[in-house]
Amino acid sequence: MSTNTYSLSGRKKEVSNKKLTWTEKIYLVAILKGMMVTLKHMFKKKVTISYPEKTRPFSDVYRGKHMLMRDDEGRERCTACGLCALSCPAEAISMKAAERTADEMHLYREEKYAEIYEINMLRCIFCGLCEEACPKQAIYLTKSKQIAKADISRDNFIFGKDKLVMPLEAAIENTKQQNQA
Amino acid sequence: MDKTIIIDKAVIIVVVFAVTMLMAMYATLAERKIAAWIQDRIGPNRAGKGGLLQPLADGLKLFAKEETQPNTPNKFLFKFGPFLAMTLALMTSAVIPWGDKFHLFGRDIELQAADLNVGLLYIIAVLSVGVYGIMIGAWASNNKYSLMSGIRAASQMISYEIAMGLSLIGLLLMTQTLSMREIALQQEGMNWNVFYQPVGFLIFLICSFAETNRAPFDLAECEQELIGGFHTEYSSMKMGFFLFAEYANLFISSAIISVLYFGAYNYPGMSWAVENWGVNIANVIGIFALFIKICFFIFVYMWVRWTLPRFRYDQLMNLGWKSLIPLALLNLVVTAIVILLIKN
Repeated sequence: MSTNTYSLSGRKKEVSNKKLTWTEKIYLVAILKGMMVTLKHMFKKKVTISYPEKTRPFSDVYRGKHMLMRDDEGRERCTACGLCALSCPAEAISMKAAERTADEMHLYREEKYAEIYEINMLRCIFCGLCEEACPKQAIYLTKSKQIAKADISRDNFIFGKDKLVMPLEAAIENTKQQNQA
Repeated sequence: MDKTIIIDKAVIIVVVFAVTMLMAMYATLAERKIAAWIQDRIGPNRAGKGGLLQPLADGLKLFAKEETQPNTPNKFLFKFGPFLAMTLALMTSAVIPWGDKFHLFGRDIELQAADLNVGLLYIIAVLSVGVYGIMIGAWASNNKYSLMSGIRAASQMISYEIAMGLSLIGLLLMTQTLSMREIALQQEGMNWNVFYQPVGFLIFLICSFAETNRAPFDLAECEQELIGGFHTEYSSMKMGFFLFAEYANLFISSAIISVLYFGAYNYPGMSWAVENWGVNIANVIGIFALFIKICFFIFVYMWVRWTLPRFRYDQLMNLGWKSLIPLALLNLVVTAIVILLIKN
């Protein structure tokens, strides 16, 4: 069997150079067929998702914006050990540690805390290694669908503690739910 | 000459102008919406409810754009091109009968700017001059792509005008008149010309696509090869005029098709409506009927545009000269023979 007549896939087609018939030449039948196809598409379900009103359903393992957690008494968990910064492959995290004073017992869980904690959102690759490295379970990547807002200033992409620490209301809500359970 | 006639005509002209502009404006939105639906998208929906203010936003944007001009020796012609395109697009509407006679203030008012007894000839004439706007603009742009586009537009117009004219002669044999109003009157009820001249209608429709420079015959502005063709060098509102003229043309040529082949303002039961509800109400319904027909043809134009790919240049010429012209001639001969047989 020569390769000319043999087809492995079974879909081989001989190219023909046949002349078009008159009905084919005026294209009308083909055009009407095509128009029926497009007409069907007009009434199909649209694939557009109107972001930001609607968002695409994200995967369960989606990693969004970071959050610095509070414990059940509302104190910040972070102890500024720097392991997250060390583990970060993109060098996005930087922090400055400070010592807790006696009147700050209700604010910070450990004796040492992060006075400044910054994540550069332009560098961050949302890999989640900081989350894995943290010994105090202080940093998590949330399922927040709000991606860092567009801006023209690079400084605005460096998120400080004001944007990263868990809001107190959320901490109170969490504690309430835990007590109920 | 009666003074009231001048007022009547002035009002009709202004209204027709405004309506043409409005339709052209919203045709741009309809085009984008239909394109989107055919491609399973939603289309513009941010400006106003459902995108209703989109044409305004587009117009404002064009007005606000910087106006640039190529270094061309034909500064006057460069400005004259878009002006001519727009003027000629609007001129055709003069002979279109928008409705039957209204009976108001104790006199009959014709809903037509000018009832020429050679209305059909006038339309063919203005349509063929229509390409001059593109040609002049393209030539004055001093750009090789624009020039190519101008040449294409001109040769395409010449090729398709013949078939268009021949298909109209077939219609003319039947109607025995060149006046648009009388053609409209002859199609009373469901006595539409399309039932007697289906082949002629088809040829006329295809040629209208070519005359309005729309897909699949938009070789003059094909974005891929000629980067926009005749409006490559245009910016701001001059380009807006070119684009707007295309949509005005779309509306007018839909109106011509509706009047010539689809019974103009006639609708089944019109004589009954005249007897029972009076002339004026029957006429208002007639105008609506005409606009529904026009909108349908605008939709067909867009539907075809978003279905078919552009013709290759040799395909375009083959279709025009080897298929449409012989077909139009055949249609003409058959019509003539049939009319002769019926008369004897």
